Amino acid sequence: MSGEITAEATEASTSIRTQPSTRARPVPFAVTVIVLAGAVALTFLVSNYHLFQLTMLVGYAVAILGLNIATGYNGQISLGHGAFYAVGAYTAAILMSNFDVPYWATLPIAAIISAIIGFLIGFPALRFTGLYLALTTFALAVAVPQLLKFKGIEDWTGGVQGIVISKPEAPFGLPLNPDQWLYLFSLGVAGLLFLFAWNLIRGRIGRAMMAIRDHALAAEAMGIDLALLKTRTFAVSAMYTGVAGALSAIAVEFVAPDSFTVFVSIFLFVGLVVGGVASITGAIFGAAFIVFIPNIAEQVSKAAPGAIYGVILIAFMYLMPSGVAGLLRRLYHRLVPSSR
Amino acid sequence: MLRRRSLLTAATAAAFVPAAPAILRAADTTGVTDTEIRIGNTCPASGPASAYGTIGKADGATFRMANDMGGFAGRKINFISYDDAYSPPKTVEQIRRLVEQDKVACLFNTLGTPSNTAIVKYVNQKKVPHLFVSSGADKWGDYKEHPWTIGWQPSYVTESQIYAKYILAQKPDAKIGILYQNDDFGKDYLTGFRDVLKDRFGKIVTLASYEITDATIDSQLVTLQGAGIDVLMTVATPKFAAQTIRKVHDMNWKPMHVLTGVSVSVGAVMEPAGPDKAIGIVSSAYGKDPTDPRYANDPGMKEWRAFMAKYYPEGDVKDAGNVFAYGISLTMLQVLKQCGNDLSRENMMKQAANLRNLESPVLLPGIRINTSPTNFHPIRQLQLMRWNGKVWELFGDIIEGAST
Repeated sequence: MSGEITAEATEASTSIRTQPSTRARPVPFAVTVIVLAGAVALTFLVSNYHLFQLTMLVGYAVAILGLNIATGYNGQISLGHGAFYAVGAYTAAILMSNFDVPYWATLPIAAIISAIIGFLIGFPALRFTGLYLALTTFALAVAVPQLLKFKGIEDWTGGVQGIVISKPEAPFGLPLNPDQWLYLFSLGVAGLLFLFAWNLIRGRIGRAMMAIRDHALAAEAMGIDLALLKTRTFAVSAMYTGVAGALSAIAVEFVAPDSFTVFVSIFLFVGLVVGGVASITGAIFGAAFIVFIPNIAEQVSKAAPGAIYGVILIAFMYLMPSGVAGLLRRLYHRLVPSSR
Repeated sequence: MLRRRSLLTAATAAAFVPAAPAILRAADTTGVTDTEIRIGNTCPASGPASAYGTIGKADGATFRMANDMGGFAGRKINFISYDDAYSPPKTVEQIRRLVEQDKVACLFNTLGTPSNTAIVKYVNQKKVPHLFVSSGADKWGDYKEHPWTIGWQPSYVTESQIYAKYILAQKPDAKIGILYQNDDFGKDYLTGFRDVLKDRFGKIVTLASYEITDATIDSQLVTLQGAGIDVLMTVATPKFAAQTIRKVHDMNWKPMHVLTGVSVSVGAVMEPAGPDKAIGIVSSAYGKDPTDPRYANDPGMKEWRAFMAKYYPEGDVKDAGNVFAYGISLTMLQVLKQCGNDLSRENMMKQAANLRNLESPVLLPGIRINTSPTNFHPIRQLQLMRWNGKVWELFGDIIEGAST
């Protein structure tokens, strides 16, 4: 008798749990498929120059997604993710130029190295919180261009000269030019990483990450190992940004200390906030902002592109305080009331 | 049957032969129409090096002046300059935009050593003339490695060769100490000294380097003094140059002191170091300094000031970048003039490598621009100068570097 009740209750609870998700999911899923199909179709529709821009956009999107995992979902503000971007980029470039490693094989290595460095950097995160962590990571971003010029590693990094690498050709005799192939390749890598992030965030670990962000003490009381989870989150975050750096290095075919000034970290942070904090899709909008807004600003005024950029940034923050993704979410909820 | 086929082949061949050059010519004159010549440029209008942004603007102003004077065979220059914020990835993006979207005929005066390094492979693959880049690195003269890229200003190697020759002439038994910044700027100077001194380099030269991150260069100078050198060559950026001048004076050390032309600014080096402490220091120049009172009535600088007043009134007439831009843009105009009606990319490159004794109103009198298919260093001459406590006094003849 009692066994029957339990079975019934389980059935009821599963149906309650799945009900809203089956109703809410089709639209985002359909949207995802359409966006992905559109992104693939662009390979054959736009010029090589635009494909290069889109490849950079995909790279920045992955980098911002990485930053979002630490900052958006775990509440660890980082102004130093440009450092991991540089580590990934240099890993790819050094492997390709000094060790003849094929470009695709550099990505997992860049991921591992960035993750290890991220894990180590993540330790201060245990002691510093909020603004203090932001400053610590900022110091890292400031130091990176000079560290890259360090004499001891010059044989590998090329010092101030940097490293010139070659863009990969399409494999298997595919009828694609290098720009088309690299765009599709980056898109594929980014797709996998986005899927992985989405899985991570909506699962047990993702909930624990957000619990730490919202109330660390309460999270600890519930049995979450703060130290372990925070450092691992930082490692995953750094890994994402490192892979993004490697993708961008392959697209640009060049790395140099001047490519990784403190501005990279700041732009990633801007992209994070503009796109939407704690939003996976927001990373894409943030990346679009990084790639396109400076060009638009320059079109408006050649004399003071920086000032125009600032005005656009303020307008974005004023009109979309929760980022582009936040605005879209609000619009979606308004248009589809049942989705609330 | 066989005969008919070969006839057909012959006919096809005949039809294609005259067509082929026509197609070639059409492809090569990208960026040139009956009314305009599109020229592309990148320059940091924003970001850490935005002080150089004025160079791109002054280039544009010079081309506006040329257009007002009638342009070239009915064509006006359409100068497209984009901001790259001195970030190599951004430079790559903007250069691809210029070459692939805007379809410029050539690139001109793209600014920065790292930025140009990032694009040099791409533009040479695309065979786009990459003319007169703004960078003192010696590698832009490497016509074998990148035949579509050419520099303009004297390279650091050229400059250091001139110093080495001067030092040997003054003190044949010199013991030379070189204090250099440990990057490609500093290392180019070592290359120049090696070129001139050859085997003797190892015997008579003592080296001391510093990192741009170092706080001071005191210990390096103490080491050099201890090594008993009597000629000090300082290859340092302004801050470190000022420190060196001061420290050498405070050590009561009196070597013959030669200073890189990078750090001769009165405001940024001489004044902070103490003008009296720097008396006797030797350096070199190739252009006219807009702040130097001796050029107040110089016809060339008057021409430049008139240009600034008319075409770039918002520009700073004390900024040497605007003088540089005027000089380099006039060189570009000369290339277009020499091209005549054949504005193909091949001919532009050919004419850029065919400049003969070109003088410029903003270069020191006697300095001439010369290029050839085996000389991609347009300016190889400099004149030495000595600090007298108030101004730099030019002395001696125009000297030419050894390298081509």
